[in-house]
Parts: sequence; structure tokens; C-alpha cells
Amino acid sequence: MTLLRSWREGYALPLATVLLVLLVIWYAAAVWLNAPQVISIVFSDKPDWTLRELVDATWSMERPVLPAPHQVAIELYESVFEQEITSRRSLAYHTLVTASSTVLGFALGIVLGVLLAVGIVHVRTLDRSLLPWIIASQTIPILAIAPMIIVVLGNAGFTGLLPKAIISMYLCFFPVAIGMIKGLRSPDPLQLDLMRTYSASPAQVFWKLHSPASVPFLFASLKVAIGISLVGAIVGELPTGGQEGIGARLLSGSYYGQTVQIWAALVMAALLGMVLVALVGLAERLTLQRMGARP
Amino acid sequence: MSRRPDWLCALALVLLLAALVLPVGRDEAGAAYWSGQGPVIIGLAAACVLAGWAALTRPQGLAAGLTLAVAVVLGAAGPLALLGAGLTLETEAPGLWLVVVALVCLTWRALQLLAGTAPNRLVHDVLVPALFGLWLLYLWEVVVGGFAIPRVLLPGPSQIGRVIAASADVLAQDFRQTFLKSVLTGFALGSGSGFLVAILIDRSPFLQRGLLPLGALVSAIPIVGIAPIMVMWFGFDWQSKVAVIVVMTFFPMLVNALAGLHAAGDMERDLMRSYAASYWQTLLRLRLPNALPFIFNALKINSTLSLIGAIVAEFFGTPILGMGFRISTEVGRMNIEMVWATIAVAAVAGSLFYAVLALGERALTFWHPSYRQ
Repeated sequence: MTLLRSWREGYALPLATVLLVLLVIWYAAAVWLNAPQVISIVFSDKPDWTLRELVDATWSMERPVLPAPHQVAIELYESVFEQEITSRRSLAYHTLVTASSTVLGFALGIVLGVLLAVGIVHVRTLDRSLLPWIIASQTIPILAIAPMIIVVLGNAGFTGLLPKAIISMYLCFFPVAIGMIKGLRSPDPLQLDLMRTYSASPAQVFWKLHSPASVPFLFASLKVAIGISLVGAIVGELPTGGQEGIGARLLSGSYYGQTVQIWAALVMAALLGMVLVALVGLAERLTLQRMGARP
Repeated sequence: MSRRPDWLCALALVLLLAALVLPVGRDEAGAAYWSGQGPVIIGLAAACVLAGWAALTRPQGLAAGLTLAVAVVLGAAGPLALLGAGLTLETEAPGLWLVVVALVCLTWRALQLLAGTAPNRLVHDVLVPALFGLWLLYLWEVVVGGFAIPRVLLPGPSQIGRVIAASADVLAQDFRQTFLKSVLTGFALGSGSGFLVAILIDRSPFLQRGLLPLGALVSAIPIVGIAPIMVMWFGFDWQSKVAVIVVMTFFPMLVNALAGLHAAGDMERDLMRSYAASYWQTLLRLRLPNALPFIFNALKINSTLSLIGAIVAEFFGTPILGMGFRISTEVGRMNIEMVWATIAVAAVAGSLFYAVLALGERALTFWHPSYRQ
């Protein structure tokens, strides 16, 4: 009975159902979208094709409009496990390149965001003059300047990881700064008064009250930040002309019409995003446990 | 009130006075000085007097802040005049850079005085950020001009402004293609469908439990990567950009609208039931108004996402129009001013889009605690 109830009230069954429906829709869409091409090219000299042959053909094309899920899975497996990890043909290699610039940009973004937040919380002039511009900077499509940053920094002699990391940094400092500002201001007047009765110095108030109070807010922002840091890294790889990284893989796939390759790169990007968010979540749990938070 | 001197303003005064006797550049005849630069010396002298006044009397309040801001403006004319005077600046002009540093000190003090005045929305929310923004633009212009930074690396604001004025028709065409056709259509379709699906699955806890974790997963996925596929499916024109934007904006709206529909409390729901209100009455009178803050949150997120989606999708293929196309081709031709001009247009469009949504939010959710004074 408990098993049945946990099935009915838990997330596993609904989620599995939705995913199964999506999978069925995907296979059906593959037949529907690929059929015209198959009929006009593969079956041009074979007018008496059956439905079964049509379905088989649409699920095994080399350059389909929409590849079937198992084609993507096979491509993913082959490009990850059956290539040398150092070769340009290995998807694992490209994923590592993207992951490293994501993480570097993420780290830079945390540093910048935390510094800005501390400055804004402690200096009223910055709060009034700088904060509105930080917020405005996020309403503009900052990814648009990605190609320019790449090219300009390339001219100045920086290539490789750093320009991409700077784009990621620019994207992810904002949620960190906003979350930290909220967190640093979260202690209530009672707690501040308590610190005053202890005659704590401003530095002590900051290190013993404000900064521990901001940690839960910081981690909530970090989960958002790592996701957009990955977007920044992938978009940063687009204008380099398609050499390294998941973004370059997408670009070369779209140049040569290798749809299966594009989809495999997309699935890989999704997996990478989930793994990174899960890692941040793990770090959050461990840190909060160590700070004495109860689950 | 303490009569200790104001050290920041005193520093500014000393720097200004020192700058008056130092060279501000070099031409064929040798070193040039402020005294040879015409009427701008009057502005500098006025800035000196005001800085000295502030240093000695340590004034407070709105009037003092505004006076110092005027001093900054008077002094700031000097460096701008030098940029157009055809001198060799860079390290030959210590007088120029001392003036700039002094003006930084004075600006900081002016902003501090203005930010410290009694709560006043015009001063705090408009004047202080505007002065700060203008000051950043000014520093950008002076540093780029003074150090003769190659325009391929970073053009000054005045050069960018000239390009915007000169190629307004091209920029307007790009704006029409990217913003009016792709962004607005995709934003409306994506947010609208996310909202409708939220209303539909609101009555089915089973579907909610199936779709909500998916929504959380999708937020970790770089969806913008589907751009090349959409360009293959829907062609080069705006339809493919709309498709990318719809996919990007669907889930934020779905997740937020579902959370918003559950925001009404049990007490209010019970009250509606005691009125024998139908499902639709409860939805329209109670749950949708309560969901509005969440929905506007999603709309704001989506306004930024849709501009990003349109521009990035244009990197993958477009007719010879559009902001993303303009940026990627002009970067290739090293025509960096045009890139900055396009970015400026995108920035203004994005900010206005966001501002319109924020105004709509304020008008429709005026009852929400975050707007109470």
C-alpha cells in the first residue's frame, strides 16, 4: 500500500509518464518530419514502399531533419567513449573545454559579484548610484557583445579560455551580487542590537553576523549563476570560428548539416548543465550542514 | 556642525591648483598649458573656488550637492576642449590627468551629498544614477581620447554617437527585423502558451508533478543551443528566431504562473467557496490577481531572454538584416563602432521593454506589499 501511495503522490510516476509521452512524440515527429525527404530521395526508384519500410528509413537517416532518440544516443556514445579523449572528434574533449571556461567564469563572477555586493551594502553612495546601473546592465542582451569581446581581446593578445570566461563572468556576476545584497541585509535589527550589546566591532559584525547570514542567499544565486555561466561559455564559443567546445560543435554541425551531431552536443550541454547545478547543490548541502543548519 | 576641513574636496583643490601650472600636452611649439586653452580656464577657476568653498565650510544637503555637481560640469569642459585641440596628450599631459582625478573626487563628494539627502524619489532614483552614468560616459570619452586607444579596441561614446546618427536607417531596419518581428512575436507566443498550459494543467496535480521537475531541469539547460536546429527547420527569416524564443520563454512562464496560481491562501479560497463561486469566478477574481506578481516576474525574465534568443539565433543564419547579423558581420570587418551602435540600440530597446513591463506591473499590482511605502 505504501508503495502504491508513494507512486501516486511522488514525482516518479508523473515524471516518467511525461518523459515517455515526450519520447513517443519525438519518435512520431521524426517520422513525420523526415518522411518527405525519405519518399523523394530514398524511395524515388521504389514506388511500392510499405509503412514499415518508411518508418525504418526515417529512423535511420544519415542527415535527418529530426534524428530519432536512439540515433542521438548512439552518436553520443560513439563520440564520447569511442574516441581518444584528446582528439578533436571526441565530444568529451569539447565538453571539458566548455566546462573549464564555465567554471573559470563562474569563479570570476562570484568574486566580482561578492565584492560589488559588499561595496554596495556598506557604501550608501554606491547603493544609490551604482546599483541602478547594475540592474540596467541586465536588461540589455549582454550576449550580443560576446563576439566583440572575443575579437577585441583576441586583438589584445588574449585567446583561448579567458575571453569566454569573461563573458560567463559578465553574465553570472549579477545574480550573485543581487543575492548577496539581499543576504547581507537579511539580519534583523534584534540581531544587530545583540551584536551592539556585545560591543562588537564593525569587522566582527560583518564576519560573525552578516556573512554567515548571507550564505543561504548566496547558494540560491549560485544555482542560477552556474546555469547562465554555461550559456555564456557556449555562446562565447560561437564566434571563434568553430574550433573547440560545445558551441563550436553546434556551429560546425549547423555548417555541414550534421543534425545528429548537433543533437548530441545539445544533449551533452543539457547533461553538463544538470551536473554543474547538482554539484552546486551538493556544495550547498555540505556547507549548510557544516554551519549547523538542520534539514 | 563640525568645521573640520573636508579632506576629499581639499585634495581636489590641491590637484586642480597643481594642474594649472603643469603642461597639458605638447604640440610643435612645445609644451602647452591650461592658460593657453582659451575660456575653459574660467571653468577650471570656478571649479577651484567651489572646491575650496566645500573644503573649508563642509556644506551639507541638496543645494551643496547640486553646487558641487555644477562645479564638476564647469571643470569637465576643460578636458573635453583639450581632446579636440590636436595636442599630443597621453603621458605628456599631467595637468589634464590631475584635473580628471580632482573631478573624480568632487563627483564622489557630490554623489555622496545627494544620496544622503532626505528621501526624495526624484533625487535618489533619477538624479544620482543619471549623474553617475553620465560621469562614466565622460570618463570613457576622456580616457579613450587622452590615451589615444585604437578605435578597434574601444571607440569613445562620441564616435559611437556619430555612427548612430550616420547610419540610423540601417539600425532602424535591424531593429524592425529583430525586435518588432522576432522578439515581440516570440515573447507573446512563448509567454502566452506558457500561461495557457499553466491554467490547463492547474487542475491536474498529476501533470503538475510531471512537468514541474522538468521545468526546473530545463532552467539548467542552455536552450539557446537549439538555435541552429530551428534555423534549419524554419528557415533564415524571423520565424526561426520566434521558435527559439518560444522554447526559451515557455518554461519560465509555466513555472512562475503555476506557483502564482497557488499563491492565494486557504482562507481566501474558503471564502470564495462560501460565496458558492464557480471555478472560473475563483480563477478570475481571486487566483489570477494573486498570480500577477509571479506572472510579471516571468515576463521580466522573458523580456531579457527573448532579446538574447533572437540575437544569438541570428548568429546562425539570417537574411542580411537584424542586430545579431549586424554584430557578427561588422565584427568580422573590424567596424567596431557599428557594433557598439547596434549594442546601444539593443540596450535601449531592452531597457525600455523592461521598463514598460515594470510600469505595467506597478499599475496592475499596486496592492502588493512591495509597493507600499
